[in-house]
Amino acid sequence: MSDHDYRPKSKVGQWFNDRLPLLTLANHLTDYPTPKNLNYWWTFGGILTFCLITQIVTGLTLAMHYIAHADMAFESVEHIMRDVNYGWLIRYIHANGASMFFLAVYIHIFRSLFYGSYKSPREIIWILGIIIYLLMMAAAFMGYVLPWGQMSFWGATVITNLFSAIPLVGEGIVTWLWGGYSVDNPTLTRFFTLHYLIPFLILGLVVLHIWALHVPGNNNPVGIDIKKPSKDTVPFHPYIVIKDGFALLMFMIVFAFFVFYAPNILGHADNYIEANPMVTPAHIVPEWYLLPFYAILRSVPDKLLGVVAMLSAILILAVLPWLDTSKIRSAVFRPLYKQFYWILVADVLILGYVGAMPAEGLYLLIARVATAYYFLHFLVILPVLGFKEKTLPVPLSITEPVLGGSPNLAAARNKESKIE
Amino acid sequence: MSEKKTKRRDFLFTATTAVGAVGAAAVVWPMIDQMNPDASVKALASTEVDVSSLTPGNTLTVLWRGKPVFIRRRTQEEIDEARSVKMEDLIHPEKDEDRAKNPEWLVMLGVCTHLGCVPLNDKGDYNGWFCPCHGSHYDTSGRIRKGPAPWNMEVPKYEFVDTNTIKIG
Repeated sequence: MSDHDYRPKSKVGQWFNDRLPLLTLANHLTDYPTPKNLNYWWTFGGILTFCLITQIVTGLTLAMHYIAHADMAFESVEHIMRDVNYGWLIRYIHANGASMFFLAVYIHIFRSLFYGSYKSPREIIWILGIIIYLLMMAAAFMGYVLPWGQMSFWGATVITNLFSAIPLVGEGIVTWLWGGYSVDNPTLTRFFTLHYLIPFLILGLVVLHIWALHVPGNNNPVGIDIKKPSKDTVPFHPYIVIKDGFALLMFMIVFAFFVFYAPNILGHADNYIEANPMVTPAHIVPEWYLLPFYAILRSVPDKLLGVVAMLSAILILAVLPWLDTSKIRSAVFRPLYKQFYWILVADVLILGYVGAMPAEGLYLLIARVATAYYFLHFLVILPVLGFKEKTLPVPLSITEPVLGGSPNLAAARNKESKIE
Repeated sequence: MSEKKTKRRDFLFTATTAVGAVGAAAVVWPMIDQMNPDASVKALASTEVDVSSLTPGNTLTVLWRGKPVFIRRRTQEEIDEARSVKMEDLIHPEKDEDRAKNPEWLVMLGVCTHLGCVPLNDKGDYNGWFCPCHGSHYDTSGRIRKGPAPWNMEVPKYEFVDTNTIKIG
């Protein structure tokens, strides 16, 4: 990399940089060559960083007022909402921020699926991303327990009980997770501790995620390897910084809409009733971002297999780089994959919808078909498609299709036939 | 000579690693075990309940170890229904005689064995309990008949201290 040649201009800068090369790092980040054809789907990395920072800052401030005790948690949240200066604002940003975080991460993941960003040489970036996603779900789940409302309590009961499906040791694990014989104060205090810890683990993984990204550089909508730096790239600053900044502003409008105009629309009214271990709410439904997996859990009639199916649905993503056998990254040049991609998107949305509905009758049938298709997509369609699909000619460079009629076009076709 | 020295080193290396691993495990275990139920939680192991006000066909729900316990004074029809079921029809075969020693009284944890919700009284296809979370149906003996739950509702250890008092735990 050219970073090693960097030398600060000032004497002080040089003195410092020789001892701790922070300025070299800053230079690498600003000059970082980025494909010039990145579209707005590529701005969600920056948006996600913003979401993480927002959750950490609002979380820290909420923790100054929140009391992690079964007798006081619910009341302390109401205290935050009513008495603490701007407490309502901070809590609504934090609660809706979780939803915004997941909205952004789903777009980010589906961007990767469309443009094949998970493929060689970016498998580690992808797997780190899946680990971050898992930690996000853990943090969101435990955060949802903290207000100690009815949904908090029963959500915690149902989710921790998933572990009881494990043969022999299951019950012991659940008791250990609870620190008692039911979800109670010990459960609440440990969930608070872990909820506080996980965002910092995510922060560390995000650093690794970006580090791993900066080794091969960004994928791009054309999905080809490009020379860096070259006429196919632009420096990260100012080009991408401005583009990310603009996209972030648009995102914040959506964010602000929820915070100021519909702060409770994504939540459940039942969570404004204090936890009661004697009464289960009529419909226990997780937050919207977990619904597709909840639908998969419920679509399997066996307890253990249901849990296995739900976990597999997430973990299957980690081996995706090896399930997708196609050498072509971008769906732009994969006419069949493009169609299956959109079917998958529809499938996940359908799973999300039936996950919110009662698990009976037609809903259950739809959930079962959609669950089967989800696994079919990853385990059968993707591996086979790589061998069967007739892909379109891939350009040799980003500029080539724009300039048109370039002498490289013939070479591109040539290369394409070799790949087949 | 040199070969012997290598072996000595190997031994030291293995011994050091082994002692280190045992030491690490010894430190990790307290960190894991501290999450298990503590002495104060275990101390709340039993509860006494006065059931004198309970009339046949009604259920009393009490909290024991943070979990609801159903105490049902069953009617004769309910007992007959529970006792007439064939073992082959049960997902988790258990005789009603074993679940309710005194047929009039059914005492069990009001916790669905699927994912831990509290089933509703006098509901479901078998006139017993119905879990609203994921649709498990239990009969008048609290046995699972239909739905995703794998087992019957658990009967805790309990005894009649006198005619009107049940001690759970």
